[in-house]
Amino acid sequence: MTAVLVLEQALNGLQFGLMLFLLAAGLTLVFGIMDMINLAHGSLYMVGAFLAAWFAQLSGSFVAGVLLAIPATAVLGMLLESTLLRTLYARDHLSQVLATFALILIINESVRMIWGTDMALAAPAALAGPVEIVPGLLYPSYRLVIILVGAALALLLYLLVAHTKLGALVRAGASNREMAMAMGVNIRRLFTIVFGIGAALCAVAGALLGPLFAVQVGMGESILILAFVVIVIGGIGSIRGALFGSLLVGMVDTFGRTLLPGLFGLFLPPQWASATGPAISSVIVYLLMAGVLFIKPQGLFPARG
Amino acid sequence: MSLLSLTGLSKRFGGVDATDDVSLEVGDGEVHALLGPNGAGKTSLINQISGALLPDRGRILFKGEDITRLPTHQRVARGLVRSYQITRLFKSFSVLDNLALAVQARSGSSLSFWRPVTRESSLFDEARVLLDDIGLAAQAQVRADRLAHGEQRALEVGLALATRPSLLLLDEPLAGTGPEESERMVALIERLRSATTVLLVEHDVEAVFRLATRVTVLVNGRVIASGEPTAVRRHPAVVAAYLGDEAAV
Amino acid sequence: MTAAAPTLSPVARIVVVAVALLLVAFPWVARLLDADFYISTASRIGIFAIAATSLNLILGYGGLVSFGHAAFVGVGAYTVGIMIDGGIVNGWLGFGAAILAAAAFSAVIGAVSLRTRGVYFIMITLAFAQMLFFLTNSVKAYGGDEGLSLLARSEFGLGLDLQDDTVFYYLVLVLLALVIVLVHRLVHSRFGRVVQAMREDDIRAEAIGFPTYRYKLILFVIGGAIGGLAGALMANQQNYISPNLLHWTQSGTLMVMVIIGGVGTLFGGALGALALLVLEEVAADYTTHWQFYVGWILLAVVLFAPRGLMALRIGRRQDAARAGKQR
Repeated sequence: MTAVLVLEQALNGLQFGLMLFLLAAGLTLVFGIMDMINLAHGSLYMVGAFLAAWFAQLSGSFVAGVLLAIPATAVLGMLLESTLLRTLYARDHLSQVLATFALILIINESVRMIWGTDMALAAPAALAGPVEIVPGLLYPSYRLVIILVGAALALLLYLLVAHTKLGALVRAGASNREMAMAMGVNIRRLFTIVFGIGAALCAVAGALLGPLFAVQVGMGESILILAFVVIVIGGIGSIRGALFGSLLVGMVDTFGRTLLPGLFGLFLPPQWASATGPAISSVIVYLLMAGVLFIKPQGLFPARG
Repeated sequence: MSLLSLTGLSKRFGGVDATDDVSLEVGDGEVHALLGPNGAGKTSLINQISGALLPDRGRILFKGEDITRLPTHQRVARGLVRSYQITRLFKSFSVLDNLALAVQARSGSSLSFWRPVTRESSLFDEARVLLDDIGLAAQAQVRADRLAHGEQRALEVGLALATRPSLLLLDEPLAGTGPEESERMVALIERLRSATTVLLVEHDVEAVFRLATRVTVLVNGRVIASGEPTAVRRHPAVVAAYLGDEAAV
Repeated sequence: MTAAAPTLSPVARIVVVAVALLLVAFPWVARLLDADFYISTASRIGIFAIAATSLNLILGYGGLVSFGHAAFVGVGAYTVGIMIDGGIVNGWLGFGAAILAAAAFSAVIGAVSLRTRGVYFIMITLAFAQMLFFLTNSVKAYGGDEGLSLLARSEFGLGLDLQDDTVFYYLVLVLLALVIVLVHRLVHSRFGRVVQAMREDDIRAEAIGFPTYRYKLILFVIGGAIGGLAGALMANQQNYISPNLLHWTQSGTLMVMVIIGGVGTLFGGALGALALLVLEEVAADYTTHWQFYVGWILLAVVLFAPRGLMALRIGRRQDAARAGKQR
């Protein structure tokens, strides 16, 4: 376990965490402001990835693919919101769960019917090689770009939420929706815009992770649940919580998977270590969630007091 | 020894002192009214007494026992019960079933999984007595959400009564009632005096001064006056507070 | 006059008896029509009916939107499966252990989850179930992600051979009937009243003196235990256990069954299981994209017919009577 290895894993954890943040940010706002549970958020991530792959194929450029996928997904998200999802705001949570579950089925099959079960998406050739960050550590430049893009978007989001009028409205809505409505905020338009931003962020994450994780039907669901865990840990409605939670989950998951089996090997006999190590590392994030909940049932930075 | 004793109770919400060092005594048999302009912190105080909210500082003694951090249902078991300003009823249950439920809470364990509850006639008999007390005998089988507003307020009080409280916390029982329903509610509270001590939060100053044996006035979370109704009414701080907030009262 | 005792209207009684007779006669009818294969399909539907009914208890009557119920079914299945794999085929032991294990897991998960409400509760139950999914996925000793084939079915003695599909079918039918009777009595008992009151307004229920956390937890455990029973049956029916039993989409499927059949109704779980599984069978015959159509149907149900199939039942008198009384 060298310092170089630790740094490499830390970067991986950072990369995964930042992408997770892009999903969690949109999701936590929807929960916080609209009080709606949206299972189809992962589907927007998947659609973003497929659109990026498709546009990249059509244009021959990865960058063009990503840049085109973002507004396309945002528009799709806003359409979805203004037609179907809007009717769910007033409904009970069970109805929201089931309706968005139905959406997952519909969107998954639609994607399958249009593009097939998976699509190829390759990172641009210019970023294929590694970069030597510190002597001895060669880190893939593509992953480095993901970290930079993720960090830039996180900063942008922070500026948007903390320093713009739109951001102020969003914060007001997240902490007290009734009050925001009473103050005459055009809630409907706000919701649609928030949803659109969330969808755009999903598209970025989907497109950027596509080359790493494979663009395939069903890719949204597994990351969606992790996004839920992030939000539970961070607190519903809080962007700050989503960022903290994402980075925490990203780090814990990455280090857990790489360190734990080795760690267990130090204390336990080999057959035990090889059996329990991977098992525990896959669930450590959930144990973390349970731990946080025990101490703070509303998450670490709840938007509502 | 007072029935209820609050000492230095404080609660802060997002930068505002909802309850600021409140000390208060409620004696056995009183009808004690809590008055104050909007935002004075009356509901926060009721929430802390009933257990819905935990205070930051201070102590609550009930019948000599420190209940400051006790969960709500255990306060109810000791005889401290509240009713709600915005009615909270079991909407799809009939009026009778609502009351029977409250009686059930008081009488024995509900870890009974097999025997139909409708066979326990004692629950329903007692519920029917309560029904008469609150004047809803004609509406026994009506669903709670189909009652008129004033009838819902009456059921609201009935639910609290069914638990046989020693101290009944009434949170604005007259809120939104018309003159006739208001009269009935005042009469009901009058009748309650013999059975239980009442701590009541109200806006309707006239009704309060008819009913109350003691009055405490809260402004911005602090107690500014407490004592006999006529004395409190003339207290300079009280007059100032209400003059400055006439629209609210 | 007391509130009416929980009885069914004469029409409803006839329907229930007729359906019961049909279900009992089903294997003979199937064999007559040379459609023996459908007996095991019917068993599968019956098992899902038990699982969906157990979820309806928690979700429909209790109002707890638990998105991880499949985990308890899976725990039941894995308990029996692991025992059979280890040579313990005694059904009494196996099923008993399955129910206890499911109860234990739901006690722990419930204890943590029930401290939260609303959206948090839904996400947390989902996350815990997914955690169990990953656990079963990574334990190579019992098949890991490929699952584990079981070489035998549970043995209960009493001259019953569960390898015989017809005998197995009757076991499932008897257990389903037992579960429905249990749920019926539970719902009308003191405990059932508290549960339904908590669904309406749990804060008020606490305010009149009920220890709501405790009762919710007990309900959650009862539901989980019955789910474990369904899991034990499932392991036997498929002769196979796999982590897919615990996948969150299975939890979703159970919820879909509950809403299609009728949230908070006695037969809702069973009806929903029947409707969804038949729908899936029929749709899968027509197109590989059957999930697309199921999705639209589910969406339509949620938007336009949220009370499900049970809302269509005959007996307007029952509805009128229900208006004045609780279920």
